[in-house]
Amino acid sequence: MKNRRQRKVAGLLFESLCVVSAGLATVALSLILYYIFRRGISTIDFGFLTRLPAPVGVEGGGIGNALIGSGIMVGLGTLIAVPICLAAAIYLDQNPDSKIATLARFASRVLAGVPSMVVGLFVFSQLVLRSGQYSALAGGVALAIVMVPVITLSAEEMLKLVPNSQREASIALGATRQQTVFRLILPGAAGGLVVGIMLAVALAAGQTAPVLLTALTSRFWLETLQQPTASLPVLIYHYATSPFADWQAQAWGAALVLVAIILALNVTAQLFLAITNRRT
Amino acid sequence: MAQAVTIENFSFWFGTTQVLKNVSLAASPRQVTALIGPSGCGKTTLLRCINRMHELQPGTRSQGSITIGEEDISSPAVDPVDLRRRVGMIFQRPSPFPHLSIFENVAVGLRLHGMAHGRAIAERVEMCLRKAALWDEVKDDLDRLGALLSGGQQQRLCIARALAVEPEVFLMDEPCASLDPVGTMRIEELIKELQHEYTVIIVTHNMHQASRISDQTAFVLNGELVETGPTAQLFLAPQDPRTEAYLTWKIG
Repeated sequence: MKNRRQRKVAGLLFESLCVVSAGLATVALSLILYYIFRRGISTIDFGFLTRLPAPVGVEGGGIGNALIGSGIMVGLGTLIAVPICLAAAIYLDQNPDSKIATLARFASRVLAGVPSMVVGLFVFSQLVLRSGQYSALAGGVALAIVMVPVITLSAEEMLKLVPNSQREASIALGATRQQTVFRLILPGAAGGLVVGIMLAVALAAGQTAPVLLTALTSRFWLETLQQPTASLPVLIYHYATSPFADWQAQAWGAALVLVAIILALNVTAQLFLAITNRRT
Repeated sequence: MAQAVTIENFSFWFGTTQVLKNVSLAASPRQVTALIGPSGCGKTTLLRCINRMHELQPGTRSQGSITIGEEDISSPAVDPVDLRRRVGMIFQRPSPFPHLSIFENVAVGLRLHGMAHGRAIAERVEMCLRKAALWDEVKDDLDRLGALLSGGQQQRLCIARALAVEPEVFLMDEPCASLDPVGTMRIEELIKELQHEYTVIIVTHNMHQASRISDQTAFVLNGELVETGPTAQLFLAPQDPRTEAYLTWKIG
């Protein structure tokens, strides 16, 4: 009897520990969200989202150019990264045991763990120094490098989920390997691929160091991809560390906008996954 | 057009393991040939050699010949992709393409091979679904996903999909293994229909099924073809003691 009681106590203890830990993770996120929301919401109105930044002390400065800059650079990064990642994932899926695949998988994992500051420095030395110009283009390339390993690894997992029985059915029908990849495997995994890309976009949108070192920032509208470009994370970094109260308030507003975008991307990805899973 | 399948002195290796040993077997057109034998005896491998699906795995090697009609399809000169269009295969687990509708599951082969266009596709899809005894059940739901059908319906959908590309030979690898008795009965009736136009080779673990649907039965044991004969004869009066032992549950 005593034994049974001990087991019950131990089980209860462990379960409470798990619940508390899970709770802590949720509480941390909720606290951050709550704090940013409380400090930031008062700054946000239509003008804040659409206007250019204003000098210290001048009313009505906005983050319009940083929003567009972030959008353009994340978009560029996605455009560069997605074709590379899909091609790589198809290769990894089709030749899972080849030496190149093993190497590529290892390289992707290492690259995913490289600090984003280092990625920024690399692009700074290769593109910015050589062209003598901070630019949205360099920012896009840096974000692409951050996204590549994340999308490649998730895309490979998604392609692997297409069961062997279906691949064989396709081959047995007289489909070539290419036809099997493009007509069966890619469409079959499309939902998961989109989710992986969305999560990588969310990750890239919040990256600070890579864009700080490659696109720097700007207080004007973006005219070409060859000029210094503002972005949300860099704007937050500048405003939050400035000594001016109105800029600090705007940093909270910008942080709220950025977190809202990232949260929306994550939630959309989850919903999308739930919907595609229910269909099959 | 149904074509005879003739396997002559065929051996097959995975790496250094010999899986098939000098197998010879002739399957006549418009007949059902059943391959029986214990799990792992090589009967599925033999089936997969006929449409060269085994080549998808690395490190395989074969010897001997398999002819369909007059053509030695084990020769390197034969393009396996082209061969697989001529040899339909039905798997143990129904495998409709989950992202495609019922209609597209049947049409996919036609599109892959550019065999039909426009209205001709719809006509051909209907014909194949009718032949696969599925048309009446799905004719109002052609746009629904094929994966939403029942297991038995999915298997008939796979048969319709294979029919669409006009094969000469049908290979079936335990097509009823995952189906309930009613689904099984439906597939068996269908096989008897298909027999009028095709050569059918079926792997089955179900002895009753073999005796119900096949004209000829071959018993495979440890990669060897032990005995082949008209089904009734093989079941009632097996010549080889090993066949008799298997049929009376003494081995396998």
